[in-house]
Amino acid sequence: MNTEITNDQKMLMDQIRSLAFTVNDLALYLDTHPCDSNALRYQYEYSEQLRNLRQRYQREYGPLSIYYPQKAWEWIESPWPWEKGGV
Amino acid sequence: MWTYDRHLQYPVNIKTPNPTLAKVIISQYGGPDGELGASLRYLSQRFGMPDKKSKAILNDIGTEELAHLEMVGALVHQLTDGVSVQEMEKAGLGAYYTDHGFGVYPQAAAGVPWNAATIAVKGDPIADLTEDLAAEQKARATYEKLINLCKDDPDVVNVLRYLREREIVHFQRFGEALNGVQDKLAQKRFHMGKNK
Repeated sequence: MNTEITNDQKMLMDQIRSLAFTVNDLALYLDTHPCDSNALRYQYEYSEQLRNLRQRYQREYGPLSIYYPQKAWEWIESPWPWEKGGV
Repeated sequence: MWTYDRHLQYPVNIKTPNPTLAKVIISQYGGPDGELGASLRYLSQRFGMPDKKSKAILNDIGTEELAHLEMVGALVHQLTDGVSVQEMEKAGLGAYYTDHGFGVYPQAAAGVPWNAATIAVKGDPIADLTEDLAAEQKARATYEKLINLCKDDPDVVNVLRYLREREIVHFQRFGEALNGVQDKLAQKRFHMGKNK
C-alpha cells in the first residue's frame, strides 16, 4: 500500500471528517431533543452519507477501524492521525 | 466499549515546531480544566444519572472529550517533534525533558501532574451537572488564554478556536440536561435510586 497521501485521499478524508463532526454534533443535540424530527432527518441523511464515504475510503486507502476486513495488516502502515502527515 | 476511528475530529497540521507553545498548551492535556479531566469527569458521573437525556449526554460528551484529548496531544507532539534538546531547554522544558523526553505527559502548564482532585463525582445529578457547566466555562476560558499566547501561529490558533467552540456547545447541552433532571426531580413520587 502506498502510504503517501494523495489529494483525492485528503479531500475524501475532509468530507468524512466534516460528516463525522455533523453526525456527532447532531447526536449531542438529539440526546437532549430526542423528538426533533428535523434533526432526526439530518441524522439519517448524514450518517448514511458518512457510512458510504467511509466504505469508499477504506476500500481505496486502508482501514479507519479494526473492524474493517483486511487481507493484509494495513492498519499499522500509514501515519497515525496525531503524526505529521497523518489524516 | 470504545472503538478507535483512525482520524482526528479536526485536523492538526503544525508546520513550525515551537516548544514554547507546547509548554502552555499541555495544560489542556492534563491540567485542572483539561480534556483528560473532562472525559473522566463525564464518563464517571454518567453512572449516577437519573434519566435518559443526562445519561446519554454525559456518555457522548465524555466520548468527544477523548477525541479532544487526542487533538491536544497531537498539538503538543507536533510542536515538539524534531526539536533539539537545547531548544527544549531554551523553551523552559529542560525539567520536562528530564522526566518525559519527547513523550506527552498529562500535566498542567506549570508542571503539576494531572490530579483526580480536579474533578468531582458527587453521585448527585444536580451537583454533578452544575459542576459540568462550570467545567465547560473554565475550559472555554483556558482556550481563550491559550489563543492569546499562541496568536502568532495560525495553525495552532485554528485548532484552539475549534476546541473553544466545542466547550460552548457542551455547556448548552449540559444546561438542557440539567433542566430535564430538575423537571424530573420536581415530579411527585420520584425517588432517586428507584428509577429504571
